[in-house]
Amino acid sequence: MNGSPRPAASPPQDALLTATGICKHFGDFTANDDVSFSIGAGEIHALLGENGAGKSTFVKMVYGLLHPDSGMFEWRGAPVVIRNPQHARDLGIGMVFQHFSLFQALTVAENIALAMPPGESIESLSDRVRAMSSEYGIGVDPDARVHNLSVGEQQRVEIVRCLLQDPALLIMDEPTSVLTPQESEQLFGVLRRFAEAGVAILFISHKLEEIRSLTERATVLRRGQNVGTVESRKKTSKQLAEMMVGMAVGDIERREQGVGQPPAIFEISGLSRDRETQFSTPLRDISVVARAGEVLGIAGIAGNGQDEFMEALTGEWRAPSAAMITVDSHQIGTAGPARRRQFGIGFVPEERNGHAAVTSMTLADNALLTGHSLDNVVRRGVIERAQMMQMAGEIASEFDVRLPEDNPLASSLSGGNLQKFVVGREIIKRPRVFIVSQPTWGVDVGAALFIRRAMLELAAEGSAVIMISQDLEEIFAISHRIAVLYDGSLSEPVVAADVTPESIGLLMGGSHSMDEART
Amino acid sequence: MITLSQRKTIPLRLTLLTPVVAIALTLVIGAVIFATLGYHPGEALYQFFVAPISRPDQVADLFVKACPLIIIASGLVFAYRANVWNIGAEGQMILGAMFGGWVALTFPDLSGWVMMPAMIAMGMLGGFLWAMIPAILKTRFNTNEILVSLMLTYVAALLIDWTVRGPWRDPMSFGFPLSPMYADAALITRVYLPGFGHLGGLHWGVIGALVIAVAAWFVLARTLTGFQVKVMGDAPRAGRFAGFNPSLVTIMVLGISGAAAGLAGMVEVSANMGQLQPEISFGYGFTAIIVAFLARLNPLAVIGAGLIVALAELGGDSAQIALGMPKVVTGVFKGILLFMLLAGETFNRFHVRLKMPVTAVREVSDA
Repeated sequence: MNGSPRPAASPPQDALLTATGICKHFGDFTANDDVSFSIGAGEIHALLGENGAGKSTFVKMVYGLLHPDSGMFEWRGAPVVIRNPQHARDLGIGMVFQHFSLFQALTVAENIALAMPPGESIESLSDRVRAMSSEYGIGVDPDARVHNLSVGEQQRVEIVRCLLQDPALLIMDEPTSVLTPQESEQLFGVLRRFAEAGVAILFISHKLEEIRSLTERATVLRRGQNVGTVESRKKTSKQLAEMMVGMAVGDIERREQGVGQPPAIFEISGLSRDRETQFSTPLRDISVVARAGEVLGIAGIAGNGQDEFMEALTGEWRAPSAAMITVDSHQIGTAGPARRRQFGIGFVPEERNGHAAVTSMTLADNALLTGHSLDNVVRRGVIERAQMMQMAGEIASEFDVRLPEDNPLASSLSGGNLQKFVVGREIIKRPRVFIVSQPTWGVDVGAALFIRRAMLELAAEGSAVIMISQDLEEIFAISHRIAVLYDGSLSEPVVAADVTPESIGLLMGGSHSMDEART
Repeated sequence: MITLSQRKTIPLRLTLLTPVVAIALTLVIGAVIFATLGYHPGEALYQFFVAPISRPDQVADLFVKACPLIIIASGLVFAYRANVWNIGAEGQMILGAMFGGWVALTFPDLSGWVMMPAMIAMGMLGGFLWAMIPAILKTRFNTNEILVSLMLTYVAALLIDWTVRGPWRDPMSFGFPLSPMYADAALITRVYLPGFGHLGGLHWGVIGALVIAVAAWFVLARTLTGFQVKVMGDAPRAGRFAGFNPSLVTIMVLGISGAAAGLAGMVEVSANMGQLQPEISFGYGFTAIIVAFLARLNPLAVIGAGLIVALAELGGDSAQIALGMPKVVTGVFKGILLFMLLAGETFNRFHVRLKMPVTAVREVSDA
């Protein structure tokens, strides 16, 4: 059985870092339960697990940000208490966080200088950055201003900053979540060269394919426990997934569409939106149609206009002209969300907490949130409570939402369960058009599968599904056609079967047109 | 280290027990303070809690005292639930009294059937319009409603002061700043209880206050309007996603709370004073803020909270009169009572744990 602990696959001769029986509790919640682990010099080791499995907690203890309740770390064979990040750095442990901590207005070298011991001139630091950059092929210009750099480049700045402190162990927390496939490959090349130079790399991820291609060994955490350390390449992605989830993972099948063009249900033409704040992305002349029976995947890296586009689709932001958005040839560009729902559109925004759902309210109240303009839930301004409760109950039972009690607060549901609820809340109404952003973000594998299946079923019934997602695996898993959002422009959609993730990745990086992407 | 964690479910027993414990603790601490200051603790506590309600007519007067608090707090609950901070109920109350008074003074000959509805409507309109100033400034220019509504209170106070000294002063008042007396039809009458007759100052406004609190509960708990208010308060982004209009909700809750305060002002004058005077409120608009929060923003609980706060007020008066207790001491005691009730509320909602910081990791020397 995959789920049972097993002896570590070929442990390194002399471990650099060993953890024994690490436990960490937060109140009643056990984040790490008796985790043991070791990594040797020059090894690339994956720490794998679903969201909430305890990966971040574990590495934060390694980096001295948290302290274990019990258990012991050994560094180069001697027991050690890692007091704080400074102490970790002194020992030779560096960490690159998922969220960067760079000052946008400063240059790369100035940013790095802030993290270094004082005394060194910017010029000599710049030289060292250049030297390191060429040695490992990182491609970081010390004189560039950070706000001009792409996300991938900023990440490399963070890595250089870590490396200048000459670490023996480099921890990378979900480094590829913000990168295109090409940028990820570049990063892996860099990491492999570090490993050859003797640096141990602890690589946190939940993306199975990249773990198999990059790492030698993988330690899988599930609900805070180490469920096994395995040789990454000797497992299939499916086997790794099953270790992560602890149960068999099913497959989903996207039914290819027949020949001929099904009718367009939902149409956007010439939609533009000005830049409203310094941090928002303008939308540039977006035109696209969604057809009956298809899932239209909108790929793109975060910050390329997804939020602005989603707001325009839901009606939280209203288009300047009604004709810019039509559903079944009704013009709805200037209508608000409630009115748009009446035309048979269902929405699920990216953020569950406080946007798709009110966490301080019950599920029945949350059912009312998007149902108040429909059906008979509200009569003469008075809420029909029985109806509302029934609605929530039906969503929960049809969409496998596991409830801790009758009509619980939304906050008491796990991320996956709440996501099933907010997706189910819309799909149960059998909308003509279903628009969703990041449908399985931060959701466990089982729930993700369930949600993707429900979306495909809805499309098979003749609805149009528009899915904005940053997860290319997800885009390719269920989309019939794919368009890419880059810097507020949406590319012409292409048929998913005709393109590869790599070619879509190029578009996500913004460097090529769709004609080149088509293979 | 003390840690607070929110309880998942709150047992009913605890909900009933906490106010009892809170009041018991208030009694103990109060007794200690009174004894230290040289008052007989038993006597002092008697004056605070028993003397003001020792006769049926005094109980009725407690309700009269609580009446404006309940009406205003029932309205404020809407604003606070929506995360809109109307601090200016005092001023809105004054405007309500003035608008109601305008009807009574301008058309003294109206019959009761026309007079009272007109005064109610105008009282509410006065408070509503005064609250529209912060509402429109907030939704148009994003000003802070706390500052605007609060400052308008002082404007309102000067406004009524000027009217009763100037244009509306009764020529027969020998120079006192008072308006003419209202006609009988403009006075809210006392409730006649069959078999009892009149009970203290119990007037129809008190019955109205109870009805308003229940109605406020119904709107908040059972209607789409109330749902909008709660959603906008808890998660404004989800509210916009639901299709609710944030500006409209802001205007609505300020309007509701302003209208309620205006009504309270009109009722207070018409039932207890019979004429406009420079001071018509004695801080009810501010005290009602405490009432709303003591009731945890639940309009039904506002009734109980209004009565408790009114009792503390009356008890303070009684102790000052009977024992010559200084006003500051009665103020301190009222503060302790409110503090205990709110602290009890915290213990009710949160699980409190005392924890020694543990260092389970063996301390060993660095490598």
